[in-house]
Amino acid sequence: MAFSAFASAAPAQEPAPKRRSKIALLLLAPGVLYLVIFFLVPLFTLVTTALQAPTASGDIGQYVPGFEIGNYATVLAQYSPQILRSFGYSLVATVFALLFSYPLAYFIAVKVRHRPLLQNLLLVLVIAPFFISFLLRTMAWKSMLSDESFLVSALKGLSLMAPDAHITGTPFSVIFGLTYNFIPFMTLPLYAVLERLDTRYLEAGSDLYARPFTTFRTITLPLSAPGIISGVLLTFIPAAGDYVNASRQFLGGTGTTMIGNVIDSNFFDLQNYPAAAALSIILMSAILVLVIVYILLSVYVWKTGTEGLL
Amino acid sequence: MAGGVFAESGADLELVGIQKRFPGFTAIEGMDLTIPAGSFFALLGPSGCGKTTTLRLVAGLEEATAGRILIGGKDVTDTKPYQRPVNTVFQSYALFPHMTIIENVAFGLRRRKIADATGKAHEALRLVELDHLAARRPQQLSGGQQQRVALARAIVNRPALLLLDEPLGALDLKLRRQMQLELKSIQEEVGLTFLHVTHDQEEAMTMADTVAVMNKGKIEQLGAPEVLYELPRTAFVANFLGQSNLFTGPVEGTTGDSISVNVEGNRIVVPKSRAQRHSGEVTVGARPEKLTLHVTEPKPEAGTNLLGPGRVIDVSFSGVSTQYIVAIPGLGSIVVFAQNMGVGPLVGEGTETWVSWKVEHGFGLEDEAPRQPRFSSDTDTASIALEKKRALMSELEEA
Repeated sequence: MAFSAFASAAPAQEPAPKRRSKIALLLLAPGVLYLVIFFLVPLFTLVTTALQAPTASGDIGQYVPGFEIGNYATVLAQYSPQILRSFGYSLVATVFALLFSYPLAYFIAVKVRHRPLLQNLLLVLVIAPFFISFLLRTMAWKSMLSDESFLVSALKGLSLMAPDAHITGTPFSVIFGLTYNFIPFMTLPLYAVLERLDTRYLEAGSDLYARPFTTFRTITLPLSAPGIISGVLLTFIPAAGDYVNASRQFLGGTGTTMIGNVIDSNFFDLQNYPAAAALSIILMSAILVLVIVYILLSVYVWKTGTEGLL
Repeated sequence: MAGGVFAESGADLELVGIQKRFPGFTAIEGMDLTIPAGSFFALLGPSGCGKTTTLRLVAGLEEATAGRILIGGKDVTDTKPYQRPVNTVFQSYALFPHMTIIENVAFGLRRRKIADATGKAHEALRLVELDHLAARRPQQLSGGQQQRVALARAIVNRPALLLLDEPLGALDLKLRRQMQLELKSIQEEVGLTFLHVTHDQEEAMTMADTVAVMNKGKIEQLGAPEVLYELPRTAFVANFLGQSNLFTGPVEGTTGDSISVNVEGNRIVVPKSRAQRHSGEVTVGARPEKLTLHVTEPKPEAGTNLLGPGRVIDVSFSGVSTQYIVAIPGLGSIVVFAQNMGVGPLVGEGTETWVSWKVEHGFGLEDEAPRQPRFSSDTDTASIALEKKRALMSELEEA
């Protein structure tokens, strides 16, 4: 099954062949070439762009190569609220996605285990949103949550919402959109680990005086930790850099700008390429640091191996 | 069993009218069983006979369709597994892979908030001589070591009743024999009630004080291993617990303390006290090792059954003894075990022989020997369910 790509326990490492095969190197070549052209070169360009200085004439969108470390300080000072907001929103969205996905994945992977047809049907339903463009779905939510929507007018009619209140353009709608859009990325890795959860461990836990919740906390949860870790990473990383949900054209407003939107406007509207590049590098490094801390912490807490997490 | 109390000794287990139905078939049919405290009790039967279901019912992992389960006189029928003073050594061991050995063993104690859980866990590991591996993970241990950890994890809780679900099934023969002796001595040491489920008749007989032979969801016979072996009551027990030579025929004469059965013109005498039925068609039998081979026709004497002549059709050597199969016209094949006291087999294939055994070694069954297929069916629970469903469907169609 395709989802085993998220599988936790990597098969036992086979001893490395003693002689490096030329064929293996040949097979690796396209991938390495691809990474050099489309990852290393752009990364280098990004780093240099972030250090560029404005031209002497001060023309908009014109920059010369330089070593302006100060670009970082400028954008950090200017956009720290958006940076913090990005991580805050994506953290909350990740938590909600986990809370929704875990029971869903558990149900599909464990509860309907003996009904493969239903299980496959439910899995297809989890992936079904991918058949429609991400933009279209977010747009659909925008109209469903807009001021003219049935939902909002009903809530206002019932006096559950203030007459001048909105749903779109609020932190709620942005986090809602992020959660909705990334739920499959959380559900699938969870499904992959729970599908192989041996329920005999749960019976053993119950036999050893553990109540259902204790069994969940001490057995199911640690055994599914690799899935939780990969699901959290697959949700948190793209959500932190997302600029669709928070954009004003979709579910966001002026007060919900995330770092992705800032990079977007600096690049396309203000044509401030060094600022956009510096922000990208800040975002990348911050995510990298957070992810490393998170993995180390998870490994420490759950004492699980790191194999197959990434 | 919350509250953190250790059971000081084993408790009685009582099953009253237990019935367990799964969709499509009945696994256990009206079972009544009492296991006295402190005993080592074995449930023996082929796969699909309901023995594992019985164990799971006692553990609380399955719910009985009808009937009551009492442990130490307390009705536990409606309680959850974690509320029962029962621990199980699972067939798969089910050691938690994400915990170390010591964490596995201390798990039950921690849940019951028992003081010094780690110390007690180490003590249990010392009992199974694995304390030096306490910091390892289950997957770093061999099968035999994992089995002992599973045992330690269960007995450390001092359950009133310890359930063993074919715990030795995955071990090789030599290790299995060794573990059988260890389990037995541990049981005597801790004095708990052990309920052991197995399909290995030798295992059941070496370890248990009392063996119950199960077949098709019912207990066929229950008793001490020697009694079950020497005096089986049904054809199933006679054949499942060791081997038997069975003969069916009408009773043609009764003396003071014995009956004589006419099997295809041969007269077989069985003591009345060892026969379940004394008239009509009866099945009588004798164990292969009670039989003696003769190469010359012996003189008939009172107190001995003599059959023959027949021909040896197969000789197979198995170390301590040799199995001979003697074909006697009209009686079929008779199995004889002879101790290898000398060198080489007593007789070769094709030799004309007679077979005799002492009257007091024979037994009479309460049912008739079924016309046995060459290989007994060893079907699993699912296929039995399917079979029963088909039988039911055809019954319904006929009606």
